[in-house]
Amino acid sequence: MLIPHPLLGPRNAQEFTYLGDAQLLRRPDPQAPDAEAAFCDYVFQRSNPAGVHQELWFHEQGDRSWLVVTRNTVTHEILGAELACDVAKREGAQ
Amino acid sequence: MTRLSGGLIDRNRPLKFTFNGTAYSGFAGDTLASALLANGVQLMGRSFKYHRPRGVFSAGSEEPNALVELREGARQEPNTRATVAELYDGLSARSQNHVGPLHRDLLAVNDLFSPFFAAGFYYKTFMWPRAFWEKLYEPLIRNAAGLGRLSMLPDPDSYDKGFLHCDLLVIGAGPAGLAAALTAGRAGARVILGDEDFHLGGRLLMESDLLDGAPAEAWVATVKAELESLPNVRIMTRTTVFGVYDHGIFGAVERVSDHLPEPGSTVRQTLWRITAKRSVLAAGATERHIPFADNDRPGIMLAGAMRAYANRWAASPVRQGNDAIAIFTNGDDGHRTARDLLAKGANLLGVIDTRKGAAAQGDYKVFDGAMVTGTKGRLGLRAIEITRDGQSSWHDAGALGVAGGWNPNVHLSSHHRGRPVWDEARLAFVPGQNGPAGMIPAGAAAGQGGTAQALASGAAGAIAALAEIGITAHPIALPTAKDASADQEAFWHVPGKRRAWVDFQNDVTVKDIKLAHQENMRPVEHLKRWTTLGMATDQGKTANVSALAVMAELTGKSLPETGTTIFRPPYTGVSLGVLGGGDTGKGFRPERLTPTHHWAKARGAEFVEVGPWMRAQYFPQAGERTWRETVDREVLAVRAGVGLCDVTTLGKIDVQGADAGEFLNRIYANMMGTLKVGMVRYGLMLREDGHLYDDGTCARLAEDHYVVTTTTANAGAVYRNMEFAHQCLWPDLDVQLISTTDAWAQIAVAGPKSRELLSRIVDGFDLSNEAFPFMACANLTVCGGLRARLFRISFSGELAYEIAVPARYGAALMERLMTRGQDLGATPYGTEALGVLRIEKGHAAGAELNGQTTAQMLGLGRMVSQKKDSIGAIMSRREGLAQEKRRLVGLKSLAPQTMAVSGAHLFEQGATRSMETDQGWVTSACYSPHLQGYIALAYLENGDARMGETLVAANPLEGTEVPVEVVSAHFIDPEGGRLRD
Repeated sequence: MLIPHPLLGPRNAQEFTYLGDAQLLRRPDPQAPDAEAAFCDYVFQRSNPAGVHQELWFHEQGDRSWLVVTRNTVTHEILGAELACDVAKREGAQ
Repeated sequence: MTRLSGGLIDRNRPLKFTFNGTAYSGFAGDTLASALLANGVQLMGRSFKYHRPRGVFSAGSEEPNALVELREGARQEPNTRATVAELYDGLSARSQNHVGPLHRDLLAVNDLFSPFFAAGFYYKTFMWPRAFWEKLYEPLIRNAAGLGRLSMLPDPDSYDKGFLHCDLLVIGAGPAGLAAALTAGRAGARVILGDEDFHLGGRLLMESDLLDGAPAEAWVATVKAELESLPNVRIMTRTTVFGVYDHGIFGAVERVSDHLPEPGSTVRQTLWRITAKRSVLAAGATERHIPFADNDRPGIMLAGAMRAYANRWAASPVRQGNDAIAIFTNGDDGHRTARDLLAKGANLLGVIDTRKGAAAQGDYKVFDGAMVTGTKGRLGLRAIEITRDGQSSWHDAGALGVAGGWNPNVHLSSHHRGRPVWDEARLAFVPGQNGPAGMIPAGAAAGQGGTAQALASGAAGAIAALAEIGITAHPIALPTAKDASADQEAFWHVPGKRRAWVDFQNDVTVKDIKLAHQENMRPVEHLKRWTTLGMATDQGKTANVSALAVMAELTGKSLPETGTTIFRPPYTGVSLGVLGGGDTGKGFRPERLTPTHHWAKARGAEFVEVGPWMRAQYFPQAGERTWRETVDREVLAVRAGVGLCDVTTLGKIDVQGADAGEFLNRIYANMMGTLKVGMVRYGLMLREDGHLYDDGTCARLAEDHYVVTTTTANAGAVYRNMEFAHQCLWPDLDVQLISTTDAWAQIAVAGPKSRELLSRIVDGFDLSNEAFPFMACANLTVCGGLRARLFRISFSGELAYEIAVPARYGAALMERLMTRGQDLGATPYGTEALGVLRIEKGHAAGAELNGQTTAQMLGLGRMVSQKKDSIGAIMSRREGLAQEKRRLVGLKSLAPQTMAVSGAHLFEQGATRSMETDQGWVTSACYSPHLQGYIALAYLENGDARMGETLVAANPLEGTEVPVEVVSAHFIDPEGGRLRD
């Protein structure tokens, strides 16, 4: 597979380490009253859809950036890739 | 010899070779199969199941029969297709799958029992008694069946792998592929042209057709010369593109030196991963046969192969020059072979054409509306029976060519679940529209099998493919060529009672398909598995479509309704050696060596694998009889004087930035932001689920500069997680991370005399307890100007330091410390002594941080700060973890000579042993030379409250148990006075 790295262009998937569901970007608020339940979901619940999925890949043998890759798990088509820090900043600003 | 005139062989370069020990000769340009045929050898092997004599059936990689063991000794390669084994001087090959000589195979008796060996025989027969399967049936069957033998010796050759990129990958270098490559090459596109053959030209080399009025090889040579002159084109012969993978990545094997007597200094094969924006599949077509009674005798082959041997290799299919040759066909293609053979002066019996009214297309006899209904000749064809209008007659024949039509090579187009579609006009499956993205089939692979059609479709395919990626290619002048007539009728097999083979390699007959139908194994997937049709090493390239046709006839359905067969990678067999691509031995698992590795090796150290590293385990001295003796000495030397240990393998992560302290507050369970500059703090990291993850020290070298150390095993993972935390969770923090594990050599200097030793190498640095107390750290220089970092930390419980210098000075520093510490008794120690020292002190390591334990269990629950958020903080407070009552304790063995092994479980004396009565488990154990007895660390229920209690450490796996006394985990210096001196 080729992953379209936003800074480095298409890179072979073998350069990356896979983590999974990009939901892991959304760490719950530890101050919230239901923090424990929210963390329980965050730690143990993962989406694993047959179809379009957002997932985290680490360019471990590259520039060490974490990417959010949008991939169709059925066809392996990759619909896009973004730097995870950009996604996290954007979501944090909202 | 039955060598004909002409051909693309070099008669000035004769080559000697042996087959089953008999010496023969051929020419450069021959394959093993063509050279054997030219020597009049028809019998080349035995079939898989019935051990029937078999000859070569095809002239390409689809070969089901002529499988040989090539080469001798460690290079012996079983199941090599003689049709693609390039002849070299001194080649040696043996036929396989027979007991005794090839012409008198003792296992041919299987053929007599063939009525019992029909499809499903094994499934039905060897069911009972069950116990017989493993010991009796399976070894017997495996011995009788099977093909070639492995050498059982290590592979002496080397392999490589590489990556290539192109705009257009052209698969196949026949007329379509060459036209595509030339069109794309002239347009300036980056082109890779791959072909499994050692010549470019594909089917053009096998035919007598003219291009521009001249033999086709002249045009091929011109195109080759132009392609070679283009810097944007890479020609890869002897290269099989075997599979299509995601995102335009193709797997290919280049046989770099398989055609040479010895690989010499080159690799044998290279695995290429080719990333192509677009591809043209110009893989050609494979001829199919027409099953009839006893159609598997040596001398019976595909008519197109017969033509190929005559035209390209000047080899006749018969044993002796004037033996008659017959052709059995359902279309005009058989007549094409007849004409070419006549032109080569062959003795042609005639063409048996299933079409009524078919006429001769030259000076030979035609049996129209006729079939071949039988054959004779045990080790080679002698006669055939021709049946016409119910009248049968026998005719002498030394060879028979069978032409049943051509199947486009759709294999690669079906690798992404692409479904071939049935083309009724061509009587063939052609690539469908849903194949791999960006792949355009062309030429015979797309059903465009005429020479002119192939040239045109190849060129058009390249133009269309490049247009999709914004490259404009222009039509090129193609040579004038004719399309041979492809007229044929749908005639699939000759009815009859005798066995008619469909799949030669797995010995599947029409009868077997009928049986499968009768037993309701009708879907093609069931048919294949019940009969093993198409499941041999050739994946049924010459069999599958004919078998579908037979099943279609039986079910009364159309052929496409009956099913399609798709193909999986690889197109042809790929050796495991090349898939490894050189990643064998230490190439498979590289070793990382510490800066002092060679120094330690020179001192006779024993080494142990720790993660990817090799670490010195202990340093034996003359006269020491056991490793324990050595380790005890090393431990005592540290406690009494000073010891030296390379601890470079611990992970080191540099953390810099204005928010470094805040960032580390969130990474560690305990506070790091409050750490004073010039000080070190022990830290615990949790997983987000609240369990212990890693521990180590964290040093603050400047306001905005920390150095984090991790355990050896987790060095990579902790760094990855810290990058995750920074980039994905807290991107707004001003912090930068870099792993510096390899950059700094770090040596532990431990023992009461460590300060004295270090004072001899530092450049005027004040090491006094007041100036540089326990848990202090500093940048300094040593040995007259060498920059270094010094940390006053201790894993052993003694006064101790760790000193880091740039990695390339690590060995020199170790030698300097040894020299300067000679009078202090400076002693190198390895990981064993390191382990004993830390167990005596009650420090946790990997065994205590095994992913199931918590800070409370280590007795460090209060380190998890309640004042701040950090990874794992919330989840560490959940009920199940907060109520955890097991605590780290020390154990002393009460049986003087017996150790409680790690992994042993703890029980109260006299208690039954069950999950309910389980009190905990032993994590680490050793002999303590300091206490002169066996000690251990363990997690124990309510451990803190049970000091002095006697328990049993049980190891039910080995049936052993040891009485132990519960004590503090700090076996030495529980107050920590030594550290702080």
